[in-house]
Amino acid sequence: MANPIHQFEITPIIPIHIGDLDLSFTNSALFMTVAVALSFAFFWVATRRVAVIPGRLQSIAELLYSFIANMIRDNAGKDGMKYFPFVLTLFLYVALGNMLGLLPYSFTFTSHILVTAALALVIFVGVTILGFARHGMGYFRMFFPEGAPLLTAPMLIPIEIISYLSRPFSLSVRLFANMTVGHIMLKVLAGFIISLGVFGIVPFAAVVGVTMLEIMIALIQAYVFTILTCIYLHDALHMH
Amino acid sequence: MSNQDRGSPDSSGGGQPDLADIDRRLKDLGHGAEEQSSATSAQSGGAGSGVGLGMRISVELVVTTAVGTGLGWLLDDVLGTRPLMLVIGLLLGGAAGVMNVYRVAQGLDDGVGLGRAMEHKRQDTPGRSGAGQAQAKEEGPNGG
Repeated sequence: MANPIHQFEITPIIPIHIGDLDLSFTNSALFMTVAVALSFAFFWVATRRVAVIPGRLQSIAELLYSFIANMIRDNAGKDGMKYFPFVLTLFLYVALGNMLGLLPYSFTFTSHILVTAALALVIFVGVTILGFARHGMGYFRMFFPEGAPLLTAPMLIPIEIISYLSRPFSLSVRLFANMTVGHIMLKVLAGFIISLGVFGIVPFAAVVGVTMLEIMIALIQAYVFTILTCIYLHDALHMH
Repeated sequence: MSNQDRGSPDSSGGGQPDLADIDRRLKDLGHGAEEQSSATSAQSGGAGSGVGLGMRISVELVVTTAVGTGLGWLLDDVLGTRPLMLVIGLLLGGAAGVMNVYRVAQGLDDGVGLGRAMEHKRQDTPGRSGAGQAQAKEEGPNGG
């Protein structure tokens, strides 16, 4: 049976070594480039001929725009709209990374925790800086719930700080775990198709179902990733 | 959608005239489109609720406990109190993990501060929506 972990292996396509640094252009980097190029190409084609009555591609682009715009307005408030470009980029990058990974022979760059952790850290550090820039030292008030008895502070403040610090971890682990688990499951089930011969029809049906599930999970995880970003933005913008 | 500024449709808003103006024009143009898209967004949030919620809760519990323990472990290195901070960190991390799970399960947001989040839910402030509040907000434009 094929090794189910093999698909996550990073292989250099164009080796680039600068000193001790390995800056090779890998399959992971290739698919990141493809994701970025795809979203660029899509918006370029969709907005090439902008009409009052939108065509097919233009309506998709407009739907995407209003989907993200509504998400930000609902979760981060109106002044969160300043961060619209960032949130839309994040959504497209994660969603395309998840979806491209479902194509045969492709590579899922979101299945590497280093990639998702880098994304989550950018969000976490950015939101924290934003919070301190907007509220100064008052941002620390966030760690103590209003109305709680003062005696509980020594317990509650460490708990809230841990809860705050766990954000980038849970954000990155959730995306990475969903992608990795889904792909391993697909590979293992697909391996059974060959080894079971005629009865391989049973795992084959399962693979079809799991593929559907994976498409759904790929989009939902991208959605969850971005909506949590919006919620964190809301906390930094208006910490009540 | 937030409808706190719908009462005064002619005032162009004080702080951010651009966004307020665009908002107003959007509202004039089409309620239908906005309602529809907010319905789809609520739907896609609820579609994977079984798997998604289970995954979120388990990740939240494990990760938060691990972060608390790791923090204690690091503090031990700094303070030189090897087992003490680790144990305290493990307990506090577990408490934070349970708190986060409670927050997710209750449909409160992911913000820090459980007390604040519960207060928000009670007041049902516009401009912030957990899973449960998205429903309430959808009914907003219909009423107006």
